Amino acid sequence: MSGFEWIVPVVLTVITAATPLVFAGIGELITEKSGVLNLGVEGMMLVGAVSGFIAATVTGNYFLAVGAAALAGAIMAFLFGVLTLSLMANQVATGLALTLFGVGLSALMGQEFVGEPVQALAKLDIAGLSDIPFIGPIVFGQDALVYLSFFMVIVVSWFLYKTKGGLILRAVGDSHDAAHSIGYPVIAIRYMAVMFGGAMSGIGGAYLSLAYTPMWAENMTAGRGWIALALIVFATWKPGLVLVGAYMFGGITILQLHAQAAGLNVPSQVLSMLPYLATVLVLVLISKDQSRIRKHAPACIGKIFHPAA
Amino acid sequence: MLLKIEKRAEYSRVMVYLTPIIALALTVLSSVILFELLGVNPVEALFQFFVAPLDTKYEFSELFVKATPLMLCAIGLSVGFRANVWNIGAEGQLTMGAIVGSSLFIYFPETESVFLLPAMIIMGAIGGAAWAGIPAFLKTRFNANEILTSLMLVYVAILFLSVLVHGPWRDPQGFNFPESQTFSDSADMPILLSGTRLHFGTLLAFLAVLGAWMMMARTLIGFQVKVIGEAPRAGGYAGFSQKKIVWFTLLFGGALAGVAGLSEVSGPIDQVLPSISPGYGFTAIIVAFLGRLHPVGIFFASLLMALTYLGGETAQINLGLPVAVTGVFQGMVLFFLLASDVLVHYRFRLNTARKVAP
Repeated sequence: MSGFEWIVPVVLTVITAATPLVFAGIGELITEKSGVLNLGVEGMMLVGAVSGFIAATVTGNYFLAVGAAALAGAIMAFLFGVLTLSLMANQVATGLALTLFGVGLSALMGQEFVGEPVQALAKLDIAGLSDIPFIGPIVFGQDALVYLSFFMVIVVSWFLYKTKGGLILRAVGDSHDAAHSIGYPVIAIRYMAVMFGGAMSGIGGAYLSLAYTPMWAENMTAGRGWIALALIVFATWKPGLVLVGAYMFGGITILQLHAQAAGLNVPSQVLSMLPYLATVLVLVLISKDQSRIRKHAPACIGKIFHPAA
Repeated sequence: MLLKIEKRAEYSRVMVYLTPIIALALTVLSSVILFELLGVNPVEALFQFFVAPLDTKYEFSELFVKATPLMLCAIGLSVGFRANVWNIGAEGQLTMGAIVGSSLFIYFPETESVFLLPAMIIMGAIGGAAWAGIPAFLKTRFNANEILTSLMLVYVAILFLSVLVHGPWRDPQGFNFPESQTFSDSADMPILLSGTRLHFGTLLAFLAVLGAWMMMARTLIGFQVKVIGEAPRAGGYAGFSQKKIVWFTLLFGGALAGVAGLSEVSGPIDQVLPSISPGYGFTAIIVAFLGRLHPVGIFFASLLMALTYLGGETAQINLGLPVAVTGVFQGMVLFFLLASDVLVHYRFRLNTARKVAP
């Protein structure tokens, strides 16, 4: 088996790089499926990251930390909801505002925690099987959030395509007027979808500050919120493909670390550009075929709903 | 519900001008709470934020120094926003403008020509426009969303700047610090007022304000921008090309952001550093909205946002408040503005309708 030992650490780092994107992507997917475009993912992730970090340092309890991150993300999303759903503000502008506000707020909240160490989220050892070579550490030795991220993808797929609630959510996203006229509470449903998206983004952010690099630094998401938004277009609004895309981007992010370790003679910054360039490339490849986008995108995305009566 | 929101028959002109003021009032109110939470006397903090930075002539001039890049970027962005072209990558275009513009000095440092600076400014505009041209190309050719592509290119531009200052552009006499050599006199923006840092770039910003005002009010392209933004179909029937507007607004915004970047490096910064902007390109988004996407509004809004940068520094020095307060403050302004904008198109009414008894 010698010669392949490098595979396990590479896969492990890909998983940690992909998990925040899975959370943020799957959350925003639900938001967009309800017909709302929230460009504030980056801001919600940052506030989630700092809230989770603070809760972890203060209480030492990681359940609370993840809960705090989810709550913080949901509160941010609620603000977005108040503006766009109740006050009918432009969703693009409000999403940008949410990100700008989140960058500032997280920096303010975290300023006394910069550089403080925190214990990384514990890796589990499911059924004592993580010692099995190769698959052991990968399949049985992850931290709880990695398993949660896969679980959420399954739950979201099941919810969207196998439940009545999912059908209603998609109906609201595809035609809010029709959904309203049959008597569904469009605004209330969208509030829930938006806040679910916020909670997931918050957890995604917390994964960065508690597991990926267990520390808090200003702007530590480094554009991942925006990459998550691009992922949804890439995935043509399908949960399974969000997962695939997130792992692809995780792989690209990790490539730079390993390329450097392998002694590749390229400035590290050039390798750091890869995830951003890959995002642009992917957007181009997917968007080229507009009929595919139109077929899968929620028809009401970004549109303001104001019941006439 | 006690209150209901009702669509106005026609949008309210009064509210268009009033909502920025309402937004500011709400922001100040909320920051009182914020300062209380941070354990600082709110009156003292507000004084340090908004009054103290304007104490002296020098500090007053600093207001314009800080407002310059904001004004340039926001003017460029606003024209795009008017046409529903969401370029949010001004920060990257600013960076590229600074890089391309200063490359002239970096590679010909001995030049003493009076044409050096004008050439650098033009190169800065070209650099910014070229960087913004990428999202324009990807949008018009492949339909790729310009929000995401322009933002991704911000990270790429900043990393590229980092490659340069850590490598080929590093000053050989600079003790290995990641910075270029300082600019020569002929590459520097001339100072307008001795004893201050007020520079030629500020004049360029004023020119941009006036020029954009003329363009939007008096020219065909300005008219096309407005029509495509407000009624794309009507624009289509009139034969206006959507693609042309995407190209135009992005190149225009990129060029102005590029000039902003160049005027920072050959103005107040005076050399190329790994970080040349505290997020001016992003704050410019707030400036554009706060100024109602109108050049005159943007003029005042950029001064106000510049004040929050200065106020943040003053409050940090005198009260020990974290600099991040500035960012929170700027974010709140935009939030409240967007929230109170509901009043432009809608009005609140007491809900008098009674439920009909069964």
